[in-house]
Amino acid sequence: MRRREHGEFLTAPEDERGSFYVYEAPVRLWHWINAGSIIALAATGLLIAHPFPSLMGEASHHFLMGDVRFVHFVAAWLFGGGFLVRFLWALAGNTYSRELFHLPLGDRSWWGSLAYEARWNLFLEKRARKYYGHNPLAQLSMFVFFVLGSLLMILTGGALYAEGLGDGSWADRLFGWVTPLVGQPQDLRTLHHLGMWIILVFVVGHIYMAVREDIVGRQTSVGTMISGFRIFRK
Amino acid sequence: MSETVYEVMRSQGITRRSFLKFCSVMAAGLSLGPAYVYDIARALETKPRLPVLWLHGLECTCCSESFIRSSHPLAKDVILSMISLDYDDTLMAAAGFQAEACIDDIMQKYPGEYILAVEGNPPLNEDGMYCIVGGKPFVEQLRRVAAKAKAVIAWGSCASWGCVQAAKPNPTQATPIHKVLTDHPVIKIPGCPPIAEVMTGVITYITAFGRLPDLDREGRPKMFYSQRIHDKCYRRPNFDAGQYVERWDDEGARKGYCLYKVGCKGPVTYNACSTIGWNNGVSFPIKSGHGCIGCSEKDFWDNGPFYKHLSNLDGFGVEADADTIGMVALGAAGAGVAAHAVLTGIRKPGQEEGQDRPGDKGQG
Repeated sequence: MRRREHGEFLTAPEDERGSFYVYEAPVRLWHWINAGSIIALAATGLLIAHPFPSLMGEASHHFLMGDVRFVHFVAAWLFGGGFLVRFLWALAGNTYSRELFHLPLGDRSWWGSLAYEARWNLFLEKRARKYYGHNPLAQLSMFVFFVLGSLLMILTGGALYAEGLGDGSWADRLFGWVTPLVGQPQDLRTLHHLGMWIILVFVVGHIYMAVREDIVGRQTSVGTMISGFRIFRK
Repeated sequence: MSETVYEVMRSQGITRRSFLKFCSVMAAGLSLGPAYVYDIARALETKPRLPVLWLHGLECTCCSESFIRSSHPLAKDVILSMISLDYDDTLMAAAGFQAEACIDDIMQKYPGEYILAVEGNPPLNEDGMYCIVGGKPFVEQLRRVAAKAKAVIAWGSCASWGCVQAAKPNPTQATPIHKVLTDHPVIKIPGCPPIAEVMTGVITYITAFGRLPDLDREGRPKMFYSQRIHDKCYRRPNFDAGQYVERWDDEGARKGYCLYKVGCKGPVTYNACSTIGWNNGVSFPIKSGHGCIGCSEKDFWDNGPFYKHLSNLDGFGVEADADTIGMVALGAAGAGVAAHAVLTGIRKPGQEEGQDRPGDKGQG
């Protein structure tokens, strides 16, 4: 394993080979817990919005919607709590752990690589560039869709949770202000639905780009989030 | 104003026993403990009646209709005796100049002591010409009377949020009163109309305690608006169990299951209908088998349709809610990814002409 001191922006040299430890254990653990919580949240969220066909019989014999909502809330704690822990880890972890939250907008070479990645994905460039961390296009889309999308979901979800816990509850004090900001409770719901679709669209793009990078790029991608090592090819 | 509420009630033939019953009902309605019954009674025995000026802007008078139907047997008498309703152009005997003179009279006699109750709202477009009261735009009357009021009550969704006349595209620019009276605290009693007992309860509170009740972020009294219809709905167990009305004529509808799937807005509506009920507590919409339409929430006319629990969004064509839009976006993303994958297979980026992978021209 080799380590390197890098600048703010982390393009690897054209001839870089070998493996580099980039994603530390907390980042990888969070990534997969987060992936699982998103699947659970989206599935149960859809079931809350469009419930199963009505059950018959005594109400006291069933607790279907109650259980679906319980799973949603547990997953929401993992998602929201995980997001907070992940943010704190960015303060303690290595350079790559900060890329999710910090875009080097002042770095000209970052913008250059962003344009390069856009051209690469439009089949206008023949060679993939190498990056120790995220390529700028991935970093930008993660920030816009995932980080901002997650904040939207945590804020609107927290405010919806506050409706159940009630006036004066911790959730109300923490998130209650969101409701008048966006309009009224119905608008809050609409935004929470839209937020889910923003994150799901991101998930589709994210998985596709990660797998594609593994196949036609010149570095590992999916495996890196499992082992932590970025391995460069020729 | 020299008379107390109690004196007026006795003079109208209400017994002391009935008076104390009323005080108990009000204490319960205001979520106060039994000890407060005597506080309320003492206040009503000793404090002079509140002068109230009740103005009508753009509205349908449903708030007044609700108010005069206060369900408690005594409420009609009590409330109308509790306040000194010195101006209400719908209910008062005087008309024309005499009626308008009442306003000036009260404003001169009791500056800073009267309550301004507003039903409806002022339209601001065309200098307020869409609503004329006494020959002048209503907004002028509103501003003038509010200037010396002790407190301002916004009756109903019109005064609180704008309601139907402020629905898109709002041609008259009907505006809720808190946006016009920006330097006054406005207590909002939304609903189309508000529940009669909520209206009387607020007046009782102000009379008895001489101050406004605790308000939430939106300026609504917490005692009546701090929980959703859904939180206290008697069909909530059906919601949690997963038992829904799927169609209006199905078995679930006959059994009285939850109306969530046919668009009940109970989960997004703050009001006291599911506890206090309407018409002497006889019923409320959900109890009658129809979903809540969210009439006490901001812009409920624009958050339709009434029979879907997710709103349609503007700018996306007919009948497009967040989920249909999201589904289309996700489908487009999936199709885009698939097309890109196919193109990637054809163009083989990353491989130079005649090059095999993994390559053997390594530079290392």
